[in-house]
Amino acid sequence: MKINWGAYDPGSHYDELIAAPGQPRPGGTALATYLSSLTAKQLRARQDAAERAIVEMGITFTVYSEGQNIDRAWPFDVIPRTLPASEWRRTEAGLKQRLRALNCFIDDVYHEQRIVKSRKFPRRILDSSKGYLKACAGVKPVHRVWAHICGSDLVRGADGTLYVLEDNLRVPSGVSYMLENRIVTKRVFPELFANQTIRPVDDYPSALFDMLTSLSPRPGDQPEVVVLTPGIYNSAYFEHAYLAQRMGVELVEGSDLVVADDNCVYMRSIEGLTRVDVIYTRVNAEFLDPEALRPDSVLGVPGLLRSWRAAKVGLANAPGTGVADDKVVYAYVPEMIRFYLDEEPILPNVPTYLCADKDSLKYALEHLDSLVVKPANESGGYGMLVGPHASRREREEFAVKLKHDPRNYVAQPVIDLSTVPTLIEGALEGRHVDLRPFILQGRDLYVTPGGLTRVALRRGSLVVNSSQGGGSKDTWVVG
Amino acid sequence: MLSKVAERVYWMVRYLERAEDGARLISVYGDLLLDLPRSAGLGWKDITPVLGVPKVPVRGRRAPTDAAVLRFLLLDPRNPGSLRASIANARENARTTRDLLPTEAWRAVNELHLFATKQLARSVAQRHRNELLGELVHQVQQITGLLTGTMSHGAAYQFLRIGRYLERAEMTTRIVDVAAALLMTGRKELAGYENTLWMAVLRSLSGYQMYRQHVRRRVHAADVLHYLLQDREFPRAVTYCMHELEAASGKLPKSAALVRLAARYRRDLGKARLDRLDLAEVHQLVDQLQQRFGTLHKSISATWFHPDMAPRRSAGPQAKPAASA
Repeated sequence: MKINWGAYDPGSHYDELIAAPGQPRPGGTALATYLSSLTAKQLRARQDAAERAIVEMGITFTVYSEGQNIDRAWPFDVIPRTLPASEWRRTEAGLKQRLRALNCFIDDVYHEQRIVKSRKFPRRILDSSKGYLKACAGVKPVHRVWAHICGSDLVRGADGTLYVLEDNLRVPSGVSYMLENRIVTKRVFPELFANQTIRPVDDYPSALFDMLTSLSPRPGDQPEVVVLTPGIYNSAYFEHAYLAQRMGVELVEGSDLVVADDNCVYMRSIEGLTRVDVIYTRVNAEFLDPEALRPDSVLGVPGLLRSWRAAKVGLANAPGTGVADDKVVYAYVPEMIRFYLDEEPILPNVPTYLCADKDSLKYALEHLDSLVVKPANESGGYGMLVGPHASRREREEFAVKLKHDPRNYVAQPVIDLSTVPTLIEGALEGRHVDLRPFILQGRDLYVTPGGLTRVALRRGSLVVNSSQGGGSKDTWVVG
Repeated sequence: MLSKVAERVYWMVRYLERAEDGARLISVYGDLLLDLPRSAGLGWKDITPVLGVPKVPVRGRRAPTDAAVLRFLLLDPRNPGSLRASIANARENARTTRDLLPTEAWRAVNELHLFATKQLARSVAQRHRNELLGELVHQVQQITGLLTGTMSHGAAYQFLRIGRYLERAEMTTRIVDVAAALLMTGRKELAGYENTLWMAVLRSLSGYQMYRQHVRRRVHAADVLHYLLQDREFPRAVTYCMHELEAASGKLPKSAALVRLAARYRRDLGKARLDRLDLAEVHQLVDQLQQRFGTLHKSISATWFHPDMAPRRSAGPQAKPAASA
């Protein structure tokens, strides 16, 4: 029995594939036409094939709170999310603009702090920032770039506007799933790749490698690049191992590295000590160096910061980048674009109320039932309140937390996230999605075509994180 | 290649070899016990030096039952030499070097571990024992075959060889030692059973058929000892193992000192006149060999895994591989 696409109604949501019943959006026509030729059984068979491929390929992720179960198969929905290339060109430009401005900001913060002195950015926010590291003041990294890899989350509202929800600058993850989703989808829907132009994504590891080598303190030689992982129990370990393998570089843990008296970093190999030039760190910044940062860290390398400051090793992302990975700082990114680049922001922020401001706090407390309130520094969707979905009691408890520590919270209107048709128990239902493209900055800038689309698999849920019941889809930039 | 990764690969293979050789030994010894008279008083306790720490944990003051000892050798997680512990340790080392190994090899190790967890307990009873232990041996051989056949013969592969052959050499000498020790007790019940015993030793090393093909004399202590210790072609003979260890080491960097040491030990073994030794001297020879294997392991570790190269200022914490014992 064929799926009745005419019955698929996005309702009040903006659906990425279907504008109105029976009417696909630009970029989605070929996909919609093809899908409407399949029966529910055939579509289910494709989903099953995808799930088998994922198990076979060992695409897993781990969840912290699980007892025995260490690895889980990656949750994937077979129906891709489409984006027209014309829209993507603009989005890509906007993402590059944002990362350039953020890097100018971080560099400024650790040097003259011009943006603060010109009163475009409040000093008290900088002073209370958890990510600011004194040890980074005055350091001049290669290209004066600090955040080499950024994962900016994009959401689309009911009016069709694409907003930047947040910029993940610390150890953004998910790119390996973006790459694997494409491999799985090519196995499941090869016909669709043949008869339209879908921008390939698989040059990311190559672009990443090129960016990393440009950070080497020994240019001209063949730089030794490594990926530093906290180890097998980390929830993103799959990605660490995946990227290391795709780039053809060594995957190391802190204990494999040593900083010698010459301030250079070496790895312990069977040949002896081998010099390391660039480290792509997937260890959180505070844990990088027990000598300079958290002394109880067993994940880092004593003396690593010393080596980086002496310009003997490149670190991506640089320590101290966390100063800009903060939802309060996020609110000022449009201002940063104007201040450092003298340009108007191409991509808008979600309207944001900083609870540190008295009037904003009042507004937030009075409208908790219609706002999303988030802690400035958490990731993974934890510690936040989704007003309309919370109980009265939850809102009251949250109000207490908010009044206690207002600087730590921001409030935003609930964005009615766009939807994409998703296979739910044999039928197609709309599920909310976001988009995480990855932007690289070294000497040049690179943006992944599309990115990782995360989908909230529970009906009505807006929480897309994999650790909380989310899944993902392949993302196509079409045309 | 990272030192830590090399060490894990080395231990993974040592544990796999230990499990395979141990399974074979238990299977054959179990059959031997059926052949020997009860009055000889032999039991599982007599092979614990091969597979376990000498002391089996006891409940109360009574000596453990034979079945309890067998359980200890097969299943006890407190016994690092038990089959189940060896397989668990092998798997743990494989899991943390998974990116290095061919995918099928990792899957096979995982299956072996599942088998050991779910099925091995059934081998305590005689009825199913040989079938189950045979299955275990097959699975390890499958892993060995996968690694040999699909893994690039680079540095990682040489560590596989080093670990496998060192462990195998150790196991062979331990088995020989146990046989010699049993016969040295001079129990009159064992008189007339020497050949049965030496045949069992050969079988436990899968060597009976090859021995018959290449030695062509009746099973005789001196010949068996010569075959198992000095033969250059039988893959479980100690001399053969030491050749392989030298050859594999020679392909790795900084190996000169280790290769010289291993070669010297091998030549010394080659000079021993086994037909002239009595059992006590055999025991001494084997003892010396085992000490030398320990020295070789230390040398391997100091050359590649934990060389003394910590620079003065910062040494960093060193991760330990899963249960190296």
